[in-house]
Amino acid sequence: MTEQHLHPEVMARAREIVALYPHPRSALIPLCHLAQEQDGWLRPEAMAEIAELVGVTAAEVLGTATFYDMLKTEEVGTYVVAVCTNIACMLRGAYELLDHAESTLGTRTGSTTADGVFTLEDAECLADCGRAPCLQVNHRFFGDVTAESFDRLVAELRAGSLDDTVPPHGTLVRIRRDGGLRVDESSLAAERTAAATAMAERAAAAGTDAKAGG
Amino acid sequence: MAVTDAPRIVTSRLDYDDSHTLERYLATGGYEGLRKALTMTPEAVSHEVDAVSLLGRGGAGFPAGRKWSMLRKAPTSYLVVNGDESEPATFKDHLLVERDPHQLVEGIVIAAYALQVTTVFLYIRGEFALGLERATAAVNDAYGHGALGRDIFGSGFSLDVVVHPGAGAYICGEETALLESLEGKRGFPRIKPPYFPAAIGLYGEPTVVNNVETLSNLPWILVHGSEAFTALGEGRSTGTRLFALAGHVQRPGVYEVEMVKTTFRDLIYAPVLGGGIPGGRELKAFIPGGASAPWFGPDQVDLPLGQDEVGNAGSMLGSGSVVVMDDATCSVRAAWRITRFFWRESCGQCTPCREGSGWLEKILRRVEDGQGRESDLELLMDISDNLAPGVSWPPQQTTICVLGSSIPSSIASAIRMFRDEFLLHIKDGACPFGSHGGGSHG
Repeated sequence: MTEQHLHPEVMARAREIVALYPHPRSALIPLCHLAQEQDGWLRPEAMAEIAELVGVTAAEVLGTATFYDMLKTEEVGTYVVAVCTNIACMLRGAYELLDHAESTLGTRTGSTTADGVFTLEDAECLADCGRAPCLQVNHRFFGDVTAESFDRLVAELRAGSLDDTVPPHGTLVRIRRDGGLRVDESSLAAERTAAATAMAERAAAAGTDAKAGG
Repeated sequence: MAVTDAPRIVTSRLDYDDSHTLERYLATGGYEGLRKALTMTPEAVSHEVDAVSLLGRGGAGFPAGRKWSMLRKAPTSYLVVNGDESEPATFKDHLLVERDPHQLVEGIVIAAYALQVTTVFLYIRGEFALGLERATAAVNDAYGHGALGRDIFGSGFSLDVVVHPGAGAYICGEETALLESLEGKRGFPRIKPPYFPAAIGLYGEPTVVNNVETLSNLPWILVHGSEAFTALGEGRSTGTRLFALAGHVQRPGVYEVEMVKTTFRDLIYAPVLGGGIPGGRELKAFIPGGASAPWFGPDQVDLPLGQDEVGNAGSMLGSGSVVVMDDATCSVRAAWRITRFFWRESCGQCTPCREGSGWLEKILRRVEDGQGRESDLELLMDISDNLAPGVSWPPQQTTICVLGSSIPSSIASAIRMFRDEFLLHIKDGACPFGSHGGGSHG
């Protein structure tokens, strides 16, 4: 047997995620996020193992992943800086900010700095228009961004002083689900029957009031 | 000005820094609506929601109660929550998920109880990392509190909620595309009919898809009753609604206001709301309901914020976003950027949308760059006509979903309202509003 690409603890989390869904394929996108958490992007080796976990071909994983902006099938920087340029941000100077970002980072939009630290993107509306122009670094929001605050942000990221708020690219949700794994069908059926009985009893006890919603 | 003293239904906790925690939620009446619902029959809860005319807050404005009543009876059915907020300049669900996730969870359990479903998928836009973390924490805490899981509050009703992250695709806000995405596929909208997932939805089973804000209203409705809710607003547009105000205003942000009783003028100019246009500039145009909506001019600023009122005036309240453009805004550039968005987000299934969006974007770009021809106006309208025959409102469709037919809205609006501006670009060979940043990014 060949060596697994996904680490054992990642594989264990992957199996937990698959078990949340009635159909394993539903876990495909969450597992792609998980693989990006391990590698920073979606490596072919990871896609092959995700395919096995959810019961599709590796080509189907690739075909699905390429539809979604957040799933990176090519290597990206440690920090993906996504500057929103959609209408609300554009009206408040987003393209001027993007020009500035290119010159500060020394890279063109859509590419990664030579040291592999920053990837610069021109994003569609990120839904933080109250603080336009806004941007995200690894999907963490920064609003009311000016040229000066952008340069400060880049310096802080380089210095590592934002490590607590901005994890490396790929880490999306740092809180793990810890409650209520799926209730099995037989206990659900029993509970439904018990609930129906209890409800009928309550309705009988309360007379017509219950029917009126009181 | 008519900024009413309507209660804050979905934003009541936002003044607290810890509004997202279970402790704050319980200290401010949290889960009381659910406790009340569980003493009622599911039918009575559905009836209560049907009675208040709760119009869906996602964009289409379909009454939630009617949507629920269409759910086909089957052994397995699902509730899916649409938290994939990506309509340009819409940022209200982002706020609700991040700042009051327990209110959403409570709304979800109330809806699930009324519908008698036992599994809920809470689909949240992937870019909302903090929102996903807050929602996951809220779901964890709700299990611990007995508000989720087996035998909720001793009622015998059991429910599981799975928080599901999206991965960046505007089209997944379309409910059938969202279901495809939730099934682990590309977000291709499904062919209609069936028009509603209530007949054939997730995994082919009957499914109700509700928006985050819609469900966040339920706890208040259960606690205060349907009469208190219908006392607010007018006609079909009852209650309050969140409006995401963006662009050229002093105070962009999300505001909860009473429907119909409040006007666009109130929203844009009232000191406690938008606070007017900065720099002493004048209003040029505003988009009343997301990038898909036809634009309005200053003469329509006194229209009330009501679904039918805005619909009858030739646009839509849509997703509740209002984009304000001042008189220094270039209408060609605004229309170009919105069209560029649709081009980038077209899923590519239907030819008119996939090809048309790109052609329209390129033509608008060349007009903006001073390379346009006079015949371009006719060409823009001709391509638009292929996407939405007649370019009327509401639009006719030539595509599987409404993304394609939404593309002409901004183009037709800009040409109708500011035709001279287009012609000036063409005649002068340059944008009359001067150069902008971002010349290299088109």
